[in-house]
Amino acid sequence: MAEKDLLYNYTLHLADNSMILGQRCGEWCGHGPVLEQDIALTNIALDLIGEARSLYQLAADLKGGSATEDTVAFLRDVLGYKNVLLVEQPNTDWAYTIVRQFFYDVFHFYLHSELIHSTETRLSNIAAKSIKEVTYHLKWSSEWMIRLGDGTDLSRDKMQEAVNGLWEFTGELFMPSKIEQQAFEAGFAPDLNILKPMWQEKVEDILAESTLYIPEREYQQKGGKTGVHSEHMGFILADMQFLQRAYPGANW
Amino acid sequence: MEINLEEAFQKRIDDEIKIEPRDWMPEKYRKTLLRQISQHAHSEIVGMLPEGNWITRAPNLRRKVALLAKVQDEAGHGLYLYSAAETLGMSRDEMLNELHIGKAKYSSIFNYPTLTWADMGAIGWLVDGAAIMNQVPLCRASYGPYARAMVRVCKEESFHQRQGYEIMLTLCQGTPEQKAMAQDALNRWWWPSMMMFGPNDDNSPNSAQSTKWKIKRFSNDELRQKFVDVSVPQAEILGITIPDPDLKWNEARGHFDFGVINWDEFNQVVAGNGPCNKQRLKARVDAWEKGAWVREAAVAYAEKREKRNLSKENTNAA
Amino acid sequence: MSNKEWPLWEVFIRAKQGLNHKHVGSLHAADVQMAIENARDVYTRRMEGVSIWVVESKNLHANEPSEQDELFDPANDKIYRHPTFYILPEELNHM
Ligand SMILES: [Fe+2]
Ligand SMILES: [Fe+2]
Ligand SMILES: [Fe+2]
Repeated sequence: MAEKDLLYNYTLHLADNSMILGQRCGEWCGHGPVLEQDIALTNIALDLIGEARSLYQLAADLKGGSATEDTVAFLRDVLGYKNVLLVEQPNTDWAYTIVRQFFYDVFHFYLHSELIHSTETRLSNIAAKSIKEVTYHLKWSSEWMIRLGDGTDLSRDKMQEAVNGLWEFTGELFMPSKIEQQAFEAGFAPDLNILKPMWQEKVEDILAESTLYIPEREYQQKGGKTGVHSEHMGFILADMQFLQRAYPGANW
Repeated sequence: MEINLEEAFQKRIDDEIKIEPRDWMPEKYRKTLLRQISQHAHSEIVGMLPEGNWITRAPNLRRKVALLAKVQDEAGHGLYLYSAAETLGMSRDEMLNELHIGKAKYSSIFNYPTLTWADMGAIGWLVDGAAIMNQVPLCRASYGPYARAMVRVCKEESFHQRQGYEIMLTLCQGTPEQKAMAQDALNRWWWPSMMMFGPNDDNSPNSAQSTKWKIKRFSNDELRQKFVDVSVPQAEILGITIPDPDLKWNEARGHFDFGVINWDEFNQVVAGNGPCNKQRLKARVDAWEKGAWVREAAVAYAEKREKRNLSKENTNAA
Repeated sequence: MSNKEWPLWEVFIRAKQGLNHKHVGSLHAADVQMAIENARDVYTRRMEGVSIWVVESKNLHANEPSEQDELFDPANDKIYRHPTFYILPEELNHM
């Protein structure tokens, strides 16, 4: 793959993860368990979509022609999306939302910690900006993990259920797609194998403090990175792309 | 004694001295404010719903972040206002409970559905516009915490109206379909926005007292007239038509004349029969009930941690 | 189901280095960490601050408004505390 195509595709991996998770977080706006946390989660959604925008703008530059952040974000179908299955999982309840966020935040944090050293300065610049936001997200979701895991019996049950339900989507974070592998070999993407033990350690620490445990089930789902998503993804895109599809070429 | 207190109180108000939470105030003043501020707070958070609807569907990324930030601001407004109301002696949870059981009201405008993207434009332009018109004078309300909350709110509102108008402008400069969408939204939101200023002055029984207490600085009809006067040229720039055949410039008055408001519709919506009353209230109640275990667990954890810290300190001291 | 409301906190923000923390409003939070984070999310979204103080509202003590007169009026006639009380020759310009 030509270097430019490789960077384009790798950028989509990053962008789609933030975009779809931001979209999910945005669904909470107006429905949070308490006003203050409604605002907090919306801030996270805004950070994620903001990061996605920077990445889509980079992707659009790489693509050239009439591509914009919006054509890249809104005009691909399910198979073209490269986000992991984890971020497209439904909100379900506050427990699922927090656990999904936490699993992803830990990954996002270590990924960006490496990415700021990328030889590709356009990526390292984006990572340098977003690492501050991600550090805060991780703090926020870790605290909620502990608070709810170690809260009441009911909250512990709900959190454990969410951990059990989402665990099988965490492995994919570290199974490199062909693109991620090549991007690593080309020198501008981190080695997912290095990130994995860091992720594992942090997750184990926080789960322990949360009085939660990792489920025994070992099988891990995969597919999102190569476009083979869950059924949820089609509905996310149906919502997200509705206007762009219904009124092709219109300005908004 | 009571008489003297009340006279002194009114004198402070007449002298434009703000009333602060722990100052003496007539019970009716406290109740009136509490009702008004909590209603206002409820309106902000119920008002998140019709627009929140479109966050996942915003047509591009710029619009998506702007809409998210706007709806988030409304949550903030609710929060500032609940805080102001709490200084009058009712907890936020109690106020929310009154909303949830249908005892407290919120602005009727939010009981109308958002059907198209143009509704995001019309709401920002007209609904936030009408709200600003109502709210700017409240920045000088006699009750300190309310006035201060309103200063924050108004500062943030100005972006809301501009983003709404920009959405409308883009649609009106777009394809014929988009322009039709904008016109349709104006058609549906115009009259409900006009109703946001409340009943006509001769039908607004509590207004006199509120004016005397400087909770209210302009009458409903004055504000409504102002709203019409500024909206007409704005619609002209957009090139769409306000759905009122009686709308015309009155040289003698120096204002626009406008048609009669359908107060029957207004009363029906206030009474709970608007198109979305049930759905809006249900969304709020659901959010509250589904969040109960979260709020409880957070308190339980905070208490546990406090205990642990205390016992740690004790062992350290020993 | 216990129905305990999250405690109320008062929020103070330093708008920029060199300025006092100023009371900006209040919020609800289950614990102090959450209160600081909520304050950040609620009251500094538009770059309004560089430092946050929170204090649980119940820990804030205030004078009685009924003591207004005895507390504050006595300062009224102590004009000798103000520079304009002292009459100096004009040639002195600024002192
Ligand atoms: Fe509003
Ligand atoms: Fe508002
Ligand atoms: Fe607004």
